[in-house]
Amino acid sequence: MFDYTFQWRSALRALPDMLQGALVTFETAALSMIFGVLIALALTLMREGTQPVLRGFANGWVSIARNTPSLFQIYILYFGLGSLGLHVSSWIALLAGITFNNAGYLAENFRGGLKAVPTTQMRAARSLGMSAFQAYRMIIIPQLLRVVFYPLTNQMVWAVLMTSLGVIVGLNNDLTGVTQDYNVKTFRTFEYFALAAGLYYLIAKAIVGLARLMAWRLFRY
Amino acid sequence: MIEIQNVHKSFGDLEVVKGVSLTVEKGEVVSIIGGSGSGKSTLLMCINGLEPIQKGSIRVDGVEVHDKATDLNRLRQRIGIVFQQWNAFPHLTVLENVMLAPRKVLGKSKQEAEALAVQQLTHVGLGDKLKTFPGKLSGGQQQRMAIARALAMSPDYMLFDEATSALDPQLVGEVLDTMRMLAEDGMTMVLVTHEIRFARDVSDRVAFFRNGLVHEIGAPDQVIGNPLQPETAAFLKSVK
Repeated sequence: MFDYTFQWRSALRALPDMLQGALVTFETAALSMIFGVLIALALTLMREGTQPVLRGFANGWVSIARNTPSLFQIYILYFGLGSLGLHVSSWIALLAGITFNNAGYLAENFRGGLKAVPTTQMRAARSLGMSAFQAYRMIIIPQLLRVVFYPLTNQMVWAVLMTSLGVIVGLNNDLTGVTQDYNVKTFRTFEYFALAAGLYYLIAKAIVGLARLMAWRLFRY
Repeated sequence: MIEIQNVHKSFGDLEVVKGVSLTVEKGEVVSIIGGSGSGKSTLLMCINGLEPIQKGSIRVDGVEVHDKATDLNRLRQRIGIVFQQWNAFPHLTVLENVMLAPRKVLGKSKQEAEALAVQQLTHVGLGDKLKTFPGKLSGGQQQRMAIARALAMSPDYMLFDEATSALDPQLVGEVLDTMRMLAEDGMTMVLVTHEIRFARDVSDRVAFFRNGLVHEIGAPDQVIGNPLQPETAAFLKSVK
């Protein structure tokens, strides 16, 4: 027989703390995206380049990031480095893990996006006397960002959801961490996690909505 | 002055330019005609170093283009090029397209670059399209914008790579008019073109390319009007 009584009231009392946690979650994801995009751009250029060492490094990064569980990536950064004597905080390990993952996936997206920008654009830019770096910065990358904008949005949502893995390395102030704290104190698992899931859902939806708005403002052409 | 001496250019095993020599004097307009695959467009890309060469030399005002020590970015500031596929920067407005290189490459101020761009765009008849994105323009308008973009760098030379080949027939005239205006202003120009009548009108000399070589070169009335070589005559007959 079903004899569980929902205690939503106690869960709702935890809402302010959980919202605080949601903010940490969002900030962590946003930071991991900023670093992720920058590293992904660097990886993309390395893979396009002719330097075999850089190419190998970038290919290795992309390959490992995309073909191993993100949970392991965070776990190894925290406990693995810890056992080598390199101690990092839970939050740093989480941020580094997600950034590693983001950069790998985004680099692959960027490579595809780069193919969508005609090579003649580079040619036209160089013919005006621009350096290769200027041509990438002012001509190629702005067009590339439009092509990869929606995959980028997906990755941001994915990054938010991945932050929940911080709990395995002891992070306790993000949304999952706060939720887990309440859970172990009250055993109201369903209520707290349902509420947290609702908050994750809202964050994800807000990101997609915001991205639509940004795309509309940014891509005027 | 552009001095091209015995230039060879290959793509892999395929040699497309097989020892071309050609000199273009200051203020001269030289048209290059010939069938597709005759190496004429490729040679143009070699003049500003967009394509490397395998043998020979190209000098622009005495500067060796294919010398490793040459600063190609500097050199290209003085050589404008207009491509067959106009290559507008789609994410920038017409005005921004033309302003970009004067600002970022020549280091002009925003006001200066803007004034320059407006002047060039007005000159090619696009003064009312400044805030438009290239995607909203016709091919002819985009190509005129590309010409203005190249001219905004105040180049000493202008290269045209089949500038009208990708245009609808009714748009060819407006681009040719812009080019004619430029020739009359005394610009040194090298045109690769299929517009034979236009080449005859504006050129000081016409070169007929065949199999990666200059097959015949001379005054337009001679090369086009009364060619010495039977292959030139055959080509001219085929494009009529």
